[in-house]
Amino acid sequence: MNKRAVFKSWWLPVLFALPQLLLILFFFYWPAISVFNWAFTLEPAFGGAGERLFVGFDNFREVFADSEYWRSVSLSLFFAFTATGLSMFIAFILAICVDRQLKGSSLFRFFYIWPYAIAAPAVGLAFRFIFAPESGLIAVVNTWSPDLWNPAKYGSHAMILVIICFAWKWIGYNFIFMTAGLQSIPRSLLEASSMDGSGPVRRALDIQIPLLAPTLFFLLVLNLTESFVGPDTFGIVDLTTEGGPNKATDVMVYRIVSEAFRGLNYSGAAAQSLVLIGLIMVFTFIQFRFVERRVHYK
Amino acid sequence: MIERTPILNAITYLIMILGLILILGPFWMIFTASTQSLQEVTAVPFNMTPGGDFLKNVHAAWDRANLGPALLNSLITSLLVMAGKIALAALSAFAIVYFKSPLRHVFFWMVFMTLMLPLEVRVIPTYNIASDVFEPVRWIIQTVTGIELSLQWNLLNSYSGLVLPLIATATGTFLYRQFYMTLPDELAEAAKMDGARPLRFFIDILLPLSRTNMLALATIMFVYAWNQYLWPKLMTTDASYQTAMVAMRALVPSVNALPEWNVSMAGALIIMLPPLVVVAVLQRWFVRGLVSTEK
Repeated sequence: MNKRAVFKSWWLPVLFALPQLLLILFFFYWPAISVFNWAFTLEPAFGGAGERLFVGFDNFREVFADSEYWRSVSLSLFFAFTATGLSMFIAFILAICVDRQLKGSSLFRFFYIWPYAIAAPAVGLAFRFIFAPESGLIAVVNTWSPDLWNPAKYGSHAMILVIICFAWKWIGYNFIFMTAGLQSIPRSLLEASSMDGSGPVRRALDIQIPLLAPTLFFLLVLNLTESFVGPDTFGIVDLTTEGGPNKATDVMVYRIVSEAFRGLNYSGAAAQSLVLIGLIMVFTFIQFRFVERRVHYK
Repeated sequence: MIERTPILNAITYLIMILGLILILGPFWMIFTASTQSLQEVTAVPFNMTPGGDFLKNVHAAWDRANLGPALLNSLITSLLVMAGKIALAALSAFAIVYFKSPLRHVFFWMVFMTLMLPLEVRVIPTYNIASDVFEPVRWIIQTVTGIELSLQWNLLNSYSGLVLPLIATATGTFLYRQFYMTLPDELAEAAKMDGARPLRFFIDILLPLSRTNMLALATIMFVYAWNQYLWPKLMTTDASYQTAMVAMRALVPSVNALPEWNVSMAGALIIMLPPLVVVAVLQRWFVRGLVSTEK
């Protein structure tokens, strides 16, 4: 869609756009070029100055040959799909219930949005306490039998904890979009259907869910992207498990950052980053191919 | 809907109440833990009634995480990001929507592409450029002219460093672009007919009209900026520039020390409060900011 009435000037728009343009060039594109550069080159030996050594796909080969990398990929996939599924499922049930507009629904809606306001690291810290093995809500199971629940010791428990954190936080966001989507369904459709004798469940199945499908699909892609590469995943993992125990929650984003800053393996991290950027592009492409009218705002 | 479905209504309420427990339960646990003494908080099973040690715990958390300066830093950063983002978004979206220039598509796509470059995947080079902003400029000048400049600007441990990379994101630009698209063309036509130049049109017509949009963007940017973690964590090595979100790291009980969860939760409660208040009080604007893609 283009505006009919536009101003004619070639330098004014450039001037207006310049601040943002400079910022994205400095903080997005130059770093992205560096990542690209690092992924295909190596630091000169002994840290000497001079040209970086071009090594082609060697960095990628090294990354892909590492079994820990593939473990991290599968952990990320598992995390992304489970957390997305759980969060969207709960948010959907709540949204459908609230959309029935019974007395007091708006009060429930008011609270259901709250989790989105809480930063991922704060969610991580809070749930680390709630699900701590020695105190908090779940610790009681350990009095029945020792170590029945211990995310600090068992990888699978740690993974469950991280998934719960992410799913809980994203209920708020998913709920907001689902209620907005449900509200945009014309009431007359529902009314006509109830005149024809359909009950609320039938209407939900035959009218609301199909008409909500674009929203659900948009949220599915967004949730998958966010859980796969989003900052929330990093924040949660860093405050709950730090990738452990025994790298059981070492998801891809966490691995890249820790490898780069603790392992100082820039080239390896850059190669992994490029793989992730490629994945995000695929996700974004899918999102725009199928739901092109929606743009992703944080 | 006018129909009687008592059983279904009961089920609906039941689900909604369960949902409420699921959502508010963690908040309640954080709150009760923050009011209890160390003995009470480590009790198993956990006692869900508040104790009387709230102020003591807050005090301990305040000291341990150095919360005074940290909260101030978070506030300054968030407000700057908010203001900067709104100004930048309003301007650059104006350039994209209201000018017929072949560059506008290029610019739009350049902004759009940033969505695919989250911080986590370009974290080291972004850190590098923050430590030496003019590196690309020097490099370009040197390759083109062969002159070596000694221009330097280090952003690490400064408010500009905390703020600028966050302002660069595409979020608000799209929000504003979407908003301008919904305005009728006649508005600009009439303004042009009356002899208004672009700048006058922007200041006198677009900005006042975008007030609700601005508020919506302000709420989501505040929450976004306050909740930033990775970037402030990396670039503030100097404790005096730490934000609250980073300071929270100091509240995690260490393995060998006493598990003082009451102190941790008191600190976490304070740190998570400002964005929560924004979302709760300005919920209408916040939701509008997030969802305003419908038009």
